[in-house]
Amino acid sequence: MEQQLKQLEQEALAKLQAASNLKELNDVRVAYLGKKGPITDLLKGMGKLSPEERPKMGALVNAVRENVTAQLEQRAVVLEEQAIQEQLEKESIDVTLPGRPVRSGNRHPLTRVVEEIEDLFVSMGYTIAEGTEVERDYYNFEALNLPKGHPARDMQDTFYITEETLLRTHTSPVQARTMEAKKGEPIRIISPGKVFRRDNDDATHSHQFMQIEGLVVGENIRMSDLKGTLDKLAKKMFGNDREIRLRPSFFPFTEPSVEMDISCFKCGGSGCNVCKQTGWIEILGAGMVHPNVLEMAGYDSKKVSGFAFGIGAERIAMLKYGVDDIRHFYTNDSRFLSQFHRTEG
Amino acid sequence: MLVSLNWLKQYVDIEGIAAEELAEKITRSGIEVDAVIDRSQGMTNVVVGYVVSKEKHPDADKLNICQVEVGEGDVRQIICGAPNVAAGQKVIVALPGARLPGGVKIKKAKMRGQESNGMICSLQELGVEGRVVPKAYADGIYVLPEDAVPGSDALELVGLRDIVLELGLTPNRSDALSMLGVAYEVAAILSKEVKLPEIQYESISEKAEDYINVRVEAKENPLYAAKVVKNVKIAESPLWLQHYLMAAGVRPHNNVVDITNYILMEYGQPLHAFDYESLNSKEIVVRLATEGEKIVTLDEQERTLNAHNLVITNGVEPVAVAGVMGGANSEVTNETTTVVIEAAYFEGISVRRTSKELGLRSDSSARFEKGVDPNRVLLASERAAQMLAEIAGGEVLEGTVLVDDLDKTPARVVVSPDYINSRLGMKISLEEMLSILNRLQFDVEAANGLLIIDVPTRRQDIKIEEDIIEEIARLFGYDEIPMTLPEGNEQVGGLTPYQAKRRIVRNVLEGAGLYQAITYSLTSDELAQKFALKAEDTTKLLMPMSEERSTLRQSLIPHLVEAASYNVARKADSVSLYEIGSVFLGQTEEQLPYEEEHIAFVLTGKWVDHTWQGEKLNVDFFVAKGIIESLFEKLGLTDRLSFTKTTVDGLHPGQTAAIFLDGEKIGLIGGLHPTERKQYDLKETYVAELNLKAILAATVEDLVYAPVPRFPAMTRDIALELDRSKPAGEIVEIIRQAGTKLLKEVKVFDVYEGEKMEAGKKSVAFSLTYFDPERTLTDDEVVNAHNKVLKVLTEAGAELR
Ligand SMILES: [Zn+2]
Repeated sequence: MEQQLKQLEQEALAKLQAASNLKELNDVRVAYLGKKGPITDLLKGMGKLSPEERPKMGALVNAVRENVTAQLEQRAVVLEEQAIQEQLEKESIDVTLPGRPVRSGNRHPLTRVVEEIEDLFVSMGYTIAEGTEVERDYYNFEALNLPKGHPARDMQDTFYITEETLLRTHTSPVQARTMEAKKGEPIRIISPGKVFRRDNDDATHSHQFMQIEGLVVGENIRMSDLKGTLDKLAKKMFGNDREIRLRPSFFPFTEPSVEMDISCFKCGGSGCNVCKQTGWIEILGAGMVHPNVLEMAGYDSKKVSGFAFGIGAERIAMLKYGVDDIRHFYTNDSRFLSQFHRTEG
Repeated sequence: MLVSLNWLKQYVDIEGIAAEELAEKITRSGIEVDAVIDRSQGMTNVVVGYVVSKEKHPDADKLNICQVEVGEGDVRQIICGAPNVAAGQKVIVALPGARLPGGVKIKKAKMRGQESNGMICSLQELGVEGRVVPKAYADGIYVLPEDAVPGSDALELVGLRDIVLELGLTPNRSDALSMLGVAYEVAAILSKEVKLPEIQYESISEKAEDYINVRVEAKENPLYAAKVVKNVKIAESPLWLQHYLMAAGVRPHNNVVDITNYILMEYGQPLHAFDYESLNSKEIVVRLATEGEKIVTLDEQERTLNAHNLVITNGVEPVAVAGVMGGANSEVTNETTTVVIEAAYFEGISVRRTSKELGLRSDSSARFEKGVDPNRVLLASERAAQMLAEIAGGEVLEGTVLVDDLDKTPARVVVSPDYINSRLGMKISLEEMLSILNRLQFDVEAANGLLIIDVPTRRQDIKIEEDIIEEIARLFGYDEIPMTLPEGNEQVGGLTPYQAKRRIVRNVLEGAGLYQAITYSLTSDELAQKFALKAEDTTKLLMPMSEERSTLRQSLIPHLVEAASYNVARKADSVSLYEIGSVFLGQTEEQLPYEEEHIAFVLTGKWVDHTWQGEKLNVDFFVAKGIIESLFEKLGLTDRLSFTKTTVDGLHPGQTAAIFLDGEKIGLIGGLHPTERKQYDLKETYVAELNLKAILAATVEDLVYAPVPRFPAMTRDIALELDRSKPAGEIVEIIRQAGTKLLKEVKVFDVYEGEKMEAGKKSVAFSLTYFDPERTLTDDEVVNAHNKVLKVLTEAGAELR
């Protein structure tokens, strides 16, 4: 019997080593240690043994069973590991293949510029005022100190609809209407929008373009406030190390009027093709609101003052992104639009 | 305005200042210098030559062999093709080694076998613009005066050793449309004096008033002065005068015309010279034209006048369009001996209107339009008399025939230094302010804490305190202004709900893969109402630049379809664009169109394109509809949105729906009609347009959290056989109506038409979800609720499958 037991043990150990997967291993377990297995049979047959032999044989059978069980467990660990390896192998992929595209479009570069400027001014307490593209001559010109027949009207060639209505040439009518509506109250607005000039479309002209104007009216608004505000704008749009300078200019609705240059962001001021070797780039027009404009809107120009500025979104976008032809903004070529996808900074 | 520095030096000391530096100073303090032009353009080896002899080239018809003396005893052979070259002329010679504008290098050469040691030059070859070269030399070489010395620097002689500043003048600075005006500006910047021209001449005893009488019959002409000069000898002007004019961009003609142009540039006061004989009258009458009256102007064009055009007449017919251009009938010619010089003040608005109507802008009209200096009119006429005497050998008749009703008093501006500083945010001292005003040569007095300023009439742009603030600030320097931010703001910045929601709308569409387009508001009449949600009266331009951009659009779709077509033509295999923009409908009380902001999109080509895993999906109606549904879901409007089949011109009749919000039509969606697709060369293309204004105006309840369900939901499916044309949406609506409060959701999960179905029929399967937030539903409860739905469906004639 002892002989038989040893042989069984050898057989079981050989088979469990031969098992190549967990299922086969389980078959071995059932075959040798199961309720109908030979070891169980041997235990059942112990009754036939003498009382002296029983404990000895019992111990022996148990030892064999424990040994086989331990070997089974060890083998199971190996086979499990092997099974996982096989699974991993099977599930391996070529990670260099492209991922499933997630559709995503983006804003037009002009909107990107407009929103960036809006956000800056909103953070400084401004609200956003919008108006209509078709305007009355009065709000586009007369209320802005540009009476009919004024030579400065030539600065802005206009699409008229009737003698009294036109496509706005700037977003300033929004300023005029806001002042009229505010009836003497302080104002802080930014007004973006589409504007129109009688120009033939070419690389640098567009009959329709996007303007962003700002207006602040209140007691003790100073030219230094204008300068400080424009400095914030320049730094936001073109980087913190930008310097600004003001040059005298002329707009009928502001006095004094200025143009603002920024130090060239490409060469830093030493001169390059972007700044036409001057070190400075013209960015926008601005000024202190002309007393006539304030008075026409019902403000007392002796008590209240204000400043205004106007920016061309195309100009900013062209400089910022190096776009060389203004028509790109209106042809809507996907190869152009899709370039304004990512974040910066 | 082109400012020759050689000329400017006559009035203000600019010695020792480099042109670039001067330009920078002028730009920084008020007038933008657009360009600094070195007229010599780096030319070298250009000298005066004397043509000793000229023979025909033996082997070339058009060439001449000239022997040219280019220095004491230095005679060289030069081949010249100019028609006007002749022996005995003094000419401009570019010697071998010379560099001319445009990268031209002069070398010894052989021309048809004959040696040529240089080039005899035209002015154009020296970089002078053809349009300002005197007509006599326009098609050939330039001939110098006889006293020119061979071998000397020719550039100096023809005024090309000069630098010209090109000023970009804003409309307010018409004072700088004259050399004197620029001199005042430069003097103020540099703290220098202005040297005015000295006017001195002798008159003869004959009286101007015996030759001519002046009558003014129009208020647009408050001042008219006439001087008479006889025995003038018409000739070329002296070189210096011609060169100053050319530097200023004016073509020299003859001494009389050149003198008027010179004074126009010097004083900014336009003058006109009439040939006295051809005036054919002893009187000048200034009046408004009669309607349809005609005049042939100096440019030989016949002009038809309007009744409000101001004209100068000889009492019978017009001899000049006042302030714009003279008439050919009274032009100064080579035979002229007696001239009448007109110096007048014409109202700017009148000149501007006339010049615009006639499409005729001149140096003269440009100055009158902006208002000339009332105190320079008579000065200019005296200056003309002097120069005609000195240069044209004329005899000036005694006196000026004058009609003068012009106010010449300077504008007075009173301003306090404190006001100036408070508006600037600076602290400029009173002394500094006085110093600046003195440099500007403004008449200023400080009294009782106020500055009392009489502004010279040459500065027509200065009328109010703010104008003085600008003068002081710009000359003090804008760099000195500190940087501050506005104080005392109580307003909180932010977007309006509309603006904030509009940004979210952009995010939804971009998240769905659409790119924002911006197209033009102006379109053609033909496209203006195409695809319009509601076509109303259109708004058209009075004078469009082209038919293509003549009318304001009522739909965004046409331009988006054009953009899609543009992209497809450039090999884009799919296009997805959206636009937010206004459409222009009818008219408001303000006579403006009603502007409504819309959102539209266009989709064509592939929607999903993931090739290596074999996933491809072309856009279809439901892709487009899904975008709209997700937009409405984001806006919390899903339950208020519905679609109804409709037809729209240009869209596929079987693939078009009207979109409703709360039962009101606010949009459309559809496939582009095959004929449209053909026209634009597009494959299946889907478009939609929605009234964004209406959508964003719809308010929704505040968002409140609903408890996360603790009990399971139960689903039951229903499959129905329906007519192919029966909208599934109607069945969903019937199910919703029939469901008890336990019915939470109805979904279409399968649609089948095909072999297994009878022709004209389809099978549609719905999934119904039953749910009670308070407890787990029993089977019986669900069965009861579901049976009610089935009963209603059966009663409605639906066939259960
Ligand atoms: Zn640069």
